[in-house]
Amino acid sequence: MNQAASLFDPAEHAERASPPDKPTIIAALQAQLPAEMILTEAEDLRPFECDGLSAYRQVPMIAVLPATIEQVQATMRVCHAMDVPVVARGAGTGLSGGALPLDNGVLLSLAKFNRVLDIDTQNRRATVQPGVRNLAISEAVDHLDLYYAPDPSSQIACSIGGNVAENSGGVHCLKYGLTTHNILQLEIVTVDGERLTLGGASLDSPGYDLLALMTGSEGLLGVIVEVVVKLLPKPELAKVAMVAFDDVRAAGDAVAAIINAGCVPAGLEMLDSPAIIATEEFVHAGYPLDAAAILLCEVDGPAAEVEEDIERVREIVAGCGATDVRISRDATERALFWAGRKAAFPAMGRISPDYYCMDGTIPRKALADVLIGIGELSKKYGQRVANVFHAGDGNLHPLILYDANNPGELENTEAFGGAICELCLEHGGTITGEHGVGVEKIDQMCVQFPAAELTQFHAVKAAFDPRTLLNPGKAVPTLHRCAEFGAMHVHNGQVPFPELERL
Amino acid sequence: MQTSIIDAIRNTPDGREANRILRACTHCGFCTATCPTYQLTGDERDGPRGRIYLVKQVLEGHTPTAKTQHHLDRCLTCRACETTCPSGVEYAKLADIGRGLVEQQLTRPRRERLLRWVLRHVVAHRQRFALLLALGQAARPLMIGRLASLKSKIPPRRASSVPSHDRIGHSAASSGRSMLLFDGCVQPSATPHTNAAATRLLNRLGVRVITPTGAGCCGALSQHLSYRDEALDYARANIDAWWPHIRAGAEAIIVSASGCGAEIVEYGYLLRNDPAYAERAARVSALTRDLSDVLAAENLSRLDDIGHGQSVAYHPPCTLQNAPHLHDHVAEILTQAGYTLKPVANAHLCCGSAGSYSLLQPEMAGALRENKLRSLTAENPDVIVTANIGCQMHLESATGVPVRHWIELLEPAA
Ligand SMILES: Cc1cc2nc3c(=O)[nH]c(=O)nc-3n(C[C@H](O)[C@H](O)[C@H](O)COP(=O)(O)OP(=O)(O)OC[C@H]3O[C@@H](n4cnc5c(N)ncnc54)[C@H](O)[C@@H]3O)c2cc1C
Ligand code: SF4
Ligand code: SF4
Repeated sequence: MNQAASLFDPAEHAERASPPDKPTIIAALQAQLPAEMILTEAEDLRPFECDGLSAYRQVPMIAVLPATIEQVQATMRVCHAMDVPVVARGAGTGLSGGALPLDNGVLLSLAKFNRVLDIDTQNRRATVQPGVRNLAISEAVDHLDLYYAPDPSSQIACSIGGNVAENSGGVHCLKYGLTTHNILQLEIVTVDGERLTLGGASLDSPGYDLLALMTGSEGLLGVIVEVVVKLLPKPELAKVAMVAFDDVRAAGDAVAAIINAGCVPAGLEMLDSPAIIATEEFVHAGYPLDAAAILLCEVDGPAAEVEEDIERVREIVAGCGATDVRISRDATERALFWAGRKAAFPAMGRISPDYYCMDGTIPRKALADVLIGIGELSKKYGQRVANVFHAGDGNLHPLILYDANNPGELENTEAFGGAICELCLEHGGTITGEHGVGVEKIDQMCVQFPAAELTQFHAVKAAFDPRTLLNPGKAVPTLHRCAEFGAMHVHNGQVPFPELERL
Repeated sequence: MQTSIIDAIRNTPDGREANRILRACTHCGFCTATCPTYQLTGDERDGPRGRIYLVKQVLEGHTPTAKTQHHLDRCLTCRACETTCPSGVEYAKLADIGRGLVEQQLTRPRRERLLRWVLRHVVAHRQRFALLLALGQAARPLMIGRLASLKSKIPPRRASSVPSHDRIGHSAASSGRSMLLFDGCVQPSATPHTNAAATRLLNRLGVRVITPTGAGCCGALSQHLSYRDEALDYARANIDAWWPHIRAGAEAIIVSASGCGAEIVEYGYLLRNDPAYAERAARVSALTRDLSDVLAAENLSRLDDIGHGQSVAYHPPCTLQNAPHLHDHVAEILTQAGYTLKPVANAHLCCGSAGSYSLLQPEMAGALRENKLRSLTAENPDVIVTANIGCQMHLESATGVPVRHWIELLEPAA
């Protein structure tokens, strides 16, 4: 079954004159690019039909795999002239369907752009191509004792271009910020094939902050073709405490207690029992299998400070009822403790054929209540759920386990997911933390933002892309869509969050 | 990941196995990060996740063309993706099934068929390969003009030792311990020193080393060329040759070429549906160990300081890094022996040898070798060592630095 079809709003493309047919578009592209960079047949295109959210699939009309900025420009010019929509794709690890192709569009892969172009040690920055893997940046500057701070759990594979487009966070963003806080300059190719530089070498460049606007724009405003990132000196020391609890409420209280004590941990993560069990099997990080929850709390900085802080963490969690505290003895053990967390999502593949990764935020104090609530919902819907949580900043990732080959299970999962969203909102949370809106949460945008704000979003979009050719149908819903969507549910008369049912 | 495998395949053993493997994949893309071919081309179809998709669509009833075959051919079967995959997806098994299905549905061009035939019928046969090699070595001086490029493919002449009868290396001590040593098809003529050195050292350690003649090619070559039945026949022949010695108490089957080791540890899996062999095959797999793994368990005090600080760059073969149940102790043994190991960047990337890959995909193999040699020679080592004959021959054909099997560095102690 193809979920994608139902998510698209035909009205979004209605007023467009019918574009040229596929052979004409292919011929126009072939005139500009080497033939082997243009994929046109289903056999070649199917591997591109989805990103990390594989429940949503759509084979693109054409995929283009350029290797130079000029080729990106040429592709954009052809598509612009012929009114063909374009979806950019980095590493395809996105979890909200942002890189889901269009059946009438070109999928533009940036994966060949995988070179680090320049390392400027003096100014602590690196210029990289958009397809460079997040972790590859840190690896390239490792010998200089520098690193790139944002570390999404997918960092081994996700591209910096995708990180910018999604404004990705990571386990260390509590202290070091999101992607937007760690980039200095972007080079983009606009919808009509022009090159544009946004931001600048200095921290605060004059004029509007277009750099920030571009960050998190999910491929709707331009194609990122070069990124200048900030590098940070590696902290003198980093230590992580792995803390076990036999009760999730105690773990939740410990999170609050650590933050309230004035520590700013570099990372503060929580896994519940099902997540612990699944990841331990792959990573053998030494997570206690009988714990109800574990916290991973990292502190970094000058050595003396770190030693002091980690002891404080030990005292605080002991006061909150921790059953076991282990502090990493060296860099290897630290990496091992984190490895489990970083592999937590895909490790679900070991205990379930499919998982649905949700992404919401809640106030920290609500943590225990929400987790317990999710546990109750799990019983009600008869489906297993594992929770992985950026506890420090209240970003929750419930992973609902299901089997897509069982008829009806995906639908039940979606209903369960909707109920979790309601629960988050009831506790004062939001519907997306860091994975972006994509196609997955587009309807929830109608809930979170009033019409006036959505109109503003469209005005920004129009300034960059008046004909809505860049990643149409993603991230920002049309008012028309919201009206349809809202009306449908009001008709059903469900309150207070009827709209969430479809997630 | 959701699957809808067509009925004709779904209820076959291969179909069930493929489905099981596919279901574990969450399409997260982690594996693309360590895939050598994806790193080179940046094309989804040259990465594990894309190849899994290519296989999936064949299983789902879409007729493949030469393009699908091309991208599956370009896979090194290095299994770096498996080591990276957090979901435990057994990529190599799936690729095997997929390649088999594609092979059934497509006829390869003549040239490809011929090359594959030669690989199976000459290289995999010890005596024939020895003859071919001798001819090639004799003809080296004649290889000029268009043939010059062939020269680099032929390893230099070394005193050959193709055995015609069971070879038994006796130990001085009468400990009564014995182990089987696997010879393989190419190694006896191309790099005979390797097993000779291994035998001498093991003898010194009090182990009787047996190499029965009945054993031949491990079957990997046929397996990778999608002649799976032929591979099974090799496996059965080896099991037959080893079994009497195993019953007589041989402790282990030592493999000094990790490419072969990776195949033999899979015998149990490959023959699981053959009632006549399943049990023995499983036992053989369980006894199979890499040479370094065997030596690491022995008392190696006699090795102390034989290296005199000579600098070594070690290339761990993919098979030793990624095949489950093969354990790599090379670095620690060489360090104990007093060699200085140089750091090597991107050690997880394949050198491009990959069995017959370097002959079938010379372009990709060449690019990978170039990158690998750059990393290996970055710190100017005195010698490069590896633990697989394929890697050794592939690397040595393109560098001035000597490339040897690591066991040869322990010769002074043997
Ligand atoms: C197991 C797993 C764990 C994850 N953990 C985290 C996490 O901890 N934190 C987090 O924030 N995310 C996480 N993610 C989500 C995902 O990895 C991030 O959103 C990542 O930034 C996506 O990068 P990508 O290169 O894969 O982009 P893609 O998935 O290819 O694309 C994502 C979006 O960016 C756009 N895009 C991509 N490249 C460009 C470009 N060059 N120019 C313009 N637009 C572009 C696409 O159109 C799409 O809308 C995780 C994903 C997985 C599978
Ligand atoms: S890492 Fe594993 S689960 Fe993820 S895409 Fe690759 S094979 Fe599938
Ligand atoms: S086996 Fe090696 S080459 Fe093949 S897909 Fe896996 S990582 Fe890539």
